[in-house]
Amino acid sequence: MFTVGAVGVVIRRNPVVVFMCIELMLNAVNLTFLTFARYQLVNPTGTDIAAQRSAMAGQMMVIFVMAVAAAEVAVGLGIIMTIFRARHEVDVDDLNLLRG
Amino acid sequence: MAAEIAHWFLNLPDVVQALIRAIIWVLFIFAPVPLFIWWERKLLSWMQDRIGPNRVGSVTFSKRGKAPAFLKGKSFTVFYGILQPLADGIKSFSKEDLAPNASDKFVYFLAPAVALFPAFAIGAIVPWASWRSLTPVGDVDIGVLYMLAISSLGVYGVVLAGYSSNNKYSLLGGLRSSAQLISYELSMGMSLAAIALATGSLRLTDMVQAQEGPFYGAVKFIQNWNVFTPFGFIAWVIFLICMVAETNRAPFDLPEAESELVAGYNTEYSTKKWVLFMMAEYVNMFIFGTVSVTVFWGGYNALPVNWEYLANNAPGGAVWAFLGQIQYWLAFLVFFAKGFAMISFYIWLRATMPRLRYDQLMSLGWKTLLPLATVNFMVVALWLVVTALMKVSSGDLIGILVGWVVVLVAGAVIYVLYRIRKAISPGESGRLEPRTITLVDPNKEATA
Amino acid sequence: MITPEFVLFGILAAVGVAASVGVVAFNSAIRSALCLVLNFFVLAVLYFTLNAQFLGITQVVVYTGAIMVLFLFVIMLLNIGAEHFLNEKFDYKRIVGLAAGVLLFLMVGSQLLPALQSFNHVSALGDYGTPQAIGHTLFTEYVIPFECISVLLLVGVVGSILLAKRKM
Repeated sequence: MFTVGAVGVVIRRNPVVVFMCIELMLNAVNLTFLTFARYQLVNPTGTDIAAQRSAMAGQMMVIFVMAVAAAEVAVGLGIIMTIFRARHEVDVDDLNLLRG
Repeated sequence: MAAEIAHWFLNLPDVVQALIRAIIWVLFIFAPVPLFIWWERKLLSWMQDRIGPNRVGSVTFSKRGKAPAFLKGKSFTVFYGILQPLADGIKSFSKEDLAPNASDKFVYFLAPAVALFPAFAIGAIVPWASWRSLTPVGDVDIGVLYMLAISSLGVYGVVLAGYSSNNKYSLLGGLRSSAQLISYELSMGMSLAAIALATGSLRLTDMVQAQEGPFYGAVKFIQNWNVFTPFGFIAWVIFLICMVAETNRAPFDLPEAESELVAGYNTEYSTKKWVLFMMAEYVNMFIFGTVSVTVFWGGYNALPVNWEYLANNAPGGAVWAFLGQIQYWLAFLVFFAKGFAMISFYIWLRATMPRLRYDQLMSLGWKTLLPLATVNFMVVALWLVVTALMKVSSGDLIGILVGWVVVLVAGAVIYVLYRIRKAISPGESGRLEPRTITLVDPNKEATA
Repeated sequence: MITPEFVLFGILAAVGVAASVGVVAFNSAIRSALCLVLNFFVLAVLYFTLNAQFLGITQVVVYTGAIMVLFLFVIMLLNIGAEHFLNEKFDYKRIVGLAAGVLLFLMVGSQLLPALQSFNHVSALGDYGTPQAIGHTLFTEYVIPFECISVLLLVGVVGSILLAKRKM
């Protein structure tokens, strides 16, 4: 999923779709965190408390990623709408004012 | 025989048990939908001083026909028009099914299904009787949060319906409706969060069980339903308003108003799909009503009476025990009756209140309900902290009295703040001022 | 080794990957958004199979219920159309992008797969995903990130209101 999202970010030119592929990447990372929280790769001779803590740590990371993604989507879509109001066209390749 | 059926049921694999529970639940809420449609039209018409549908299902024998002599000329209104929804269904399914030409076909066909799915899926956590192997369909740890999540999915049906109709007004209607839905979801979540905080668990079964405790911790034969507590009452009022807004019902039915947007987001849907939208709306009404009953009004308990306590401690113990047994076995009927009462409340609101304008609606949701729900939540949190500091259990009488004190103090603080704000910025109420219009008669004006 | 859980995971993973490819592949933005909704929903079900109940339902509430609604709003309001005029000129960019993606997949996969073969070992407690457990950890060990996130959300709210105003 992560590679699909990365390819999408590079290929697509519609900024909203680019944004959606960024969300796809974030979700892929979330899934990875949760999988490794549940199925630990550590040596099974590690203590149970350490496994518990890393399981909870995985979930905390996912919570924070979700919260950050929500805030970022709100602001990012606001930016896209402001650009659209100013220019009346949406094409990522044409947004090069910050270049150079 | 009941014990044998129970034994057979409990020995099935888990998946099959869950499937049977789901099927029973779907039938339980799918079957009364015609009843709800009929009841809405009847009750609405009675409130509006008319009779309502009573033709379907009535039989009139003509005087010159081939009927036996004692039936000639007699008419029987047999069913009071209860077959009216059946007639509506037959009409809908036999009409021509139109679809706009330039719309997005896949989304157009998908939208009613997407609108119908959350309506059925919300009720999976609601306990409709006290038999834990049959109800609820899934007793997950996250109960109330599941309900909020699935009701967020209800936005999609509206948005997709409005978009795929390829009609500017449908799109606008759909977007306005979804903005209304997501605004009122917040206050709904906050009010449920206050109750979840007071109960200590998100599960609806735990909430029903907590409501079966003694009233205010002291009076042991009355149950402690959440509406009887101060924060629960406020949370119930907020949840009621949000519930009506979430199902797009009057007085919040601007997207569906026939006079405003030509029926809003479901303009272009003709017969079967429109029936699906209406069915989704009625099921949604019923499910939200039952959720509010479960969280606030004690769920499947008929009366706020502790039957076992009365059976043990009151004179005439056998009568109370018998009544307790009746309530145990007929709990699902009680549940259904309470849901039906909530639907009647919905219809009552539709008959009495005028429609809210869109900006009034949004300002009610964001400026009034959300701060109120948040303050309610903080009051509950404060109450729990104070009772923990005073080392008193929050279920005892002293705990509840502390709760009342906290609520009154919070109410006083809010009132003082409100007066201060009104004193600082006078005259700016955000509403349109009433204007007086003097009508000038053009005939008289010519002579004046 | 073909347990029902494995079959369920296989079905969910296949649908999820198909939906994510659909996000990139569809030309119309609405279809991409709907595929993403399906993807998030499938992910939420996957979180449920991983016993992370609270996170699964939070995924539905936050991502599917709020973020994607916001995306659909923006797409419908701005009427962002199909990119039909792009297909002729910039084909080489697509091919390069796809090749780079395949390369990335091979790189990441070649590091991960040998490590993934060697575990079958669930070592988290069964109730690590309940709201009680998450709340306990969130408010004791991770309080400072929690407060930072709330400040971040406040900044996000203020920022989006500022961006949406018509006159500055």
